[in-house]
Amino acid sequence: MKNMSSWTKKDLLGLYELNKEEIELILDTADSFKEISTREIKKVPALRGKTVVNLFYEPSTRTRVSFEVAAKRLSADVINIAAQESSVKKGETIIDTGTNIQALKADIIVIRHDSSGAAAMLSRHVNISVVNAGDGWHEHPTQALLDIFTLREKIGKIKGLHVVIVGDISHSRVARSNIWGLTKLGAKVTVCAPPMLIPEEIEKTGAQVCHDIDEALKSADAVNVLRMQFERDLKGAFPNQHEYFKKFGITKERLEKVKKGIIVMHPGPLNRGIEISSEVADGANSVILEQVTNGIAVRMAVLFLVSQGKEKP
Amino acid sequence: MKILIKNGHIVDPANKIDDIRDILIENDKISQVAKAIDTKSDKIIDAKDKIVIPGLVDMHVHLREPGREDEETVFSGTKAALKGGITSVLAMPNTEPAMDSVENIKKLKDIINKTAQANVFICGAITIGRSGKELTDISQLKKEGAIAITDDGASVDDEILFLKQLKNSAQEKILVICHSEDKLLSNNGVVNLGVISTILGLRGSPKEAEYKRVERDINLAEKAGAAVHIAHVSCKESVGIIAQAKKKGISVSCETATHYFSLDEELLMGYDTNLKINPPLRTKSDIAAIKQGLKDGTIDCIASDHAPHTQNEKEIEFDRAEFGKIGLESSLAVSVTELIKTKILTWTQLVEKLCLNPARILQIDKGTLGEGKDADITIVSTDKEFIIRREEILSKSKNSPFIGKKFTGKVEYTIFAGKIAYVGANYR
Repeated sequence: MKNMSSWTKKDLLGLYELNKEEIELILDTADSFKEISTREIKKVPALRGKTVVNLFYEPSTRTRVSFEVAAKRLSADVINIAAQESSVKKGETIIDTGTNIQALKADIIVIRHDSSGAAAMLSRHVNISVVNAGDGWHEHPTQALLDIFTLREKIGKIKGLHVVIVGDISHSRVARSNIWGLTKLGAKVTVCAPPMLIPEEIEKTGAQVCHDIDEALKSADAVNVLRMQFERDLKGAFPNQHEYFKKFGITKERLEKVKKGIIVMHPGPLNRGIEISSEVADGANSVILEQVTNGIAVRMAVLFLVSQGKEKP
Repeated sequence: MKILIKNGHIVDPANKIDDIRDILIENDKISQVAKAIDTKSDKIIDAKDKIVIPGLVDMHVHLREPGREDEETVFSGTKAALKGGITSVLAMPNTEPAMDSVENIKKLKDIINKTAQANVFICGAITIGRSGKELTDISQLKKEGAIAITDDGASVDDEILFLKQLKNSAQEKILVICHSEDKLLSNNGVVNLGVISTILGLRGSPKEAEYKRVERDINLAEKAGAAVHIAHVSCKESVGIIAQAKKKGISVSCETATHYFSLDEELLMGYDTNLKINPPLRTKSDIAAIKQGLKDGTIDCIASDHAPHTQNEKEIEFDRAEFGKIGLESSLAVSVTELIKTKILTWTQLVEKLCLNPARILQIDKGTLGEGKDADITIVSTDKEFIIRREEILSKSKNSPFIGKKFTGKVEYTIFAGKIAYVGANYR
C-alpha cells in the first residue's frame, strides 16, 4: 500500500481542488481495497467504531447503496437519512441538520443535494468529514474517480488517453468532475453535445468541444455516455429523444467506425435507446457493470482517507 | 453650539478647496472655512493629518422599513450610515408596502421624523407595487416628498408604459433611476455567465441582461426628454454605452457600487453567499473598465447598494440565498483602499463621486463644505490599516463580504447637522 499518510484533507468536495498526487493516492488506495470485495468475508476493520451518515436530499439508489456497501465493508456503522422525508421538510436548514449529525458524534457525512455548493457549505459549518456525493450541476467526485479507476484498470494508464464525454454537459456534475480528474492526470477530454447543452466557456477548463459525435469518437480511447434527462432542463435544447439518439446516441454502427477496443462507460441509470443502444450497453466494449463494482472500492478508499485527514478545505 | 475643526486637510470640490483649512460650525451650519480660525468654541476637533470631507451622499440604500424590520430599520440603517461617514441616504422604495402611494410615503415620513439619525430622502416607485403593470402618480409622490423614482430590483419591461412614465417625469422634473435588467436574459442567473458559472454549476446571468437594458433605458429617456440615472453599473459594455450617450448630450448619469471595482467573480469559488449580488460580480476586465469609467468621469457616483439580509436568508444553499450585501459602513473605506491608495482617483475626484455628484444629481443642497451650508462633515484618517469586524457592524444584518479584510480610510468623526454623531474608537 502506498503512503497514505500523505493524505491531509478531511473532506472530499470535488476533484477541482485535488492535485494529481491526491487523485492517484485515492486510486491506489482503491486498488488495494478492491480485493476485499472478492473475499468470502467481505469486511475489514478499517473504520470499525466510526459512523457514516448518508444525508441524501435527492432521491438516489445507486450512489447511496454504493456508499453504504463501501462503509459496511470497512466495518463502519451506517445511517441513511432521506432528507426529503425528514425534518428538512419541516424547514430545517442544511447547517442545522449537519450540526445535529455532528452532535450525534458521527464521523463522516456523505451528502447528495440538488443545489450546487451544498457540500462546500456544509463543510464550512461542521468539523467532521464531508464527502460530496453529488451537488447540483457542480461535482460528483466519487463517480469521476470510479470512472477513472475503471479506465486505468482497463488500459493501464490515464496519461495520453482521449476521453469523450457525450450528453447534457451543462447540467452534469459527472462531466465536470471527470474533466478535472482526467485533465489533471494528463488525458485529453472532449465534451460532445448539441450547442445548447455545452456550458459557457467550458474550453477554459481544459476540455475541448465538439458538436459531432462521429468526429469526436475518431481518436477516442473511451467514451463516457451521460444519462439524458429529458424530463428536466432540456426544454428547447433538443427536439426529442429519437432525434437525440440519431445524432448522439452511442450505437454499434457508430462504434464500428472507430478504434476497436474503445471503452464505453455510463454512470447509470441507463436510458436504453436514448443515449445508448442496448447492444452497446450489454456489448463487449461496455464496462458499465465493472464501474459499479469499482465504485465500492473507490468509495471505500475515499471514506478511509477522509477519516484520516484533518485539514479543512 | 460652536465646533471648530482645526488643521484638517479639506477636500471640497464644490469650492475648489484641496488644502489645510479650519472649519467653524455654528449650530447646524458651516459658518466659516478659513486658514487658522481663532475663535472661542465649545469643542475643538484636532484634524491634523486627517482628511475632512462633506458628509457622504449615498443614493442607493435599502433601509427595509416598513416591512422587513428584522433586516434593517430607518434607525439602525442611519446609525450604520453615520459610522460609514454617510450623512444623507436615498431610501429605495422596495419596502413592504412599496413607496407607490401618498399614504405609504406619509407613513415612511413619519418613521423618518421619529427615528432617523441622518438625512433620509425618499424615492418613489415607478409602478404600483413595482410590478411593472400600472404607473404611480408621480406628481403626487413628488408633492409628498419623493425626490426620484425607481422600481429598483426590477425594470419596467413594458416599453410603452415606461416611456409614458419617463414623459411624466420630464414634465414633473423628477429623476428616474433605472435598475436596468432584462429578466428574460438574466434567466434566474445567480452569478455572472462564464467560466466561473460553468465551474460552479450555477445558473449564469449574461452581461447582455444588463447592458441591453441600459441601452434601451437611455434610448427611451432620450425620446422622452427625461433625466435618467443608471443604478449599479457593473460591466464594461454598460460603461461604454453610457459614455456614448453622454457624448451625444443625453441627460444620463450613473453610479457603480463599491463591490463592482473591488470584487470579481473568481472570489465566488467558495460559494460565499455574501458575494451573491445582483447584478453579479463580473470579471477582472470589467473591474478595470469600471475603474476607468470612474477616472474619466463616465461614472458619476459611487453608492453602497446597501442590501441587508438576515442570516436565515444568506446562510443557505447558494441558489436559494437572497441577493445583496451591506455596505454603508464600508463604502468609504473600500473606495479609499481601491481608488485612492492605487492612485486611480484623487481625493477631489473621490469626493465628487461620494458626495457632490449624487447631491447634484438628486438636486439636494448637500455634498459641499461651503459657508452657510448644512454642517454634515466627515473626518477620515488614511494612515492606519484597520480590519472590518463582524461584531462592530451596526447594521442589523451582517451580510458583508468585507468582514476580516484590511482597509485604509477609517471614519474618525461624523458630524451631522452640526452635532458630533459618530466618533471613531481612537477618539472616544
